[in-house]
Amino acid sequence: MLSLTHFMLLSGALFAIGVAGVFVNRRHALVLLMSLELILLAVNTNFIAASHYLQDLGGQAFALFVLTIAAAEIAIGLAIVVVVFRSRETIDAEDLSEVRG
Amino acid sequence: MAFQTLLFYLFGAVLLTAAVATVTLRNMVHAALSLILSFFTAAMLWMLLEAEFLSILLVLVYIGAVLVLFLFVVMMVERHTPTIHHRRNYRLVALAVAGVMAAELGAALIAPDFVPASAPMPAPLGHSNTQALGSVLYTDYALAFEAAAVALLVAIVGAIALTLRARPDHHRQNPAQQSRVRKQDRLRLTDGRSEPPC
Repeated sequence: MLSLTHFMLLSGALFAIGVAGVFVNRRHALVLLMSLELILLAVNTNFIAASHYLQDLGGQAFALFVLTIAAAEIAIGLAIVVVVFRSRETIDAEDLSEVRG
Repeated sequence: MAFQTLLFYLFGAVLLTAAVATVTLRNMVHAALSLILSFFTAAMLWMLLEAEFLSILLVLVYIGAVLVLFLFVVMMVERHTPTIHHRRNYRLVALAVAGVMAAELGAALIAPDFVPASAPMPAPLGHSNTQALGSVLYTDYALAFEAAAVALLVAIVGAIALTLRARPDHHRQNPAQQSRVRKQDRLRLTDGRSEPPC
């Protein structure tokens, strides 16, 4: 019998994997973006599970908004990666320190 | 119900494996493909939760557009980038942080204070998730819906403005010059006799 706890544990594990990915690949801008995607996916799964078990469509509506903002964020993030790659020939996130005071 | 439990564990295992592969694989194309696999299995889990519209949306829009865009950029960037060597190994830090976080989340979920709602009855046969979602989206969340649309517009304009570059060999129209042109700049009346080509 599936319960809300099953889905929340699963998305908690997914969230932790995403956070670990941010730490492991903290120099690689593209894999950082992928880890962010995983984190947002975990959050969305949580929203939808709660929406199902509480019988409230607000969770699904909010998951839709999260998806929208995630798509916008990825579009801008990839554009920034492309611009940085064009001007620097690298996407190492730790070399991008030009605007440091 | 047992079949659904089986599906949950199957898709959950694939999802977690694909997520681990996404963050650990060295080859970026493989990592992006694992990310696509994890999104696909997540869509299957959402289907299990009777969120049919969002599940299809995740496959069609998110995997079909966003993650394929991801794949394009990965292939474009990776061809010219040597593998980034890590100066320090953050794997232990990552494991510690992720472990603590997962343990906290698990403890909060398993705690007796957290009373999970009982499983609801499956939706009746003619029930349309899309219709139900639309009816709350266009009434209760209409303002947020408009704001999300504006955010997407800003993202479109921002992404184009960031990546557009003027190439010197690029032929483009100049509307100001086009509208300023007068008749005598382009048109010459002759008397009909042949004249040497200029």
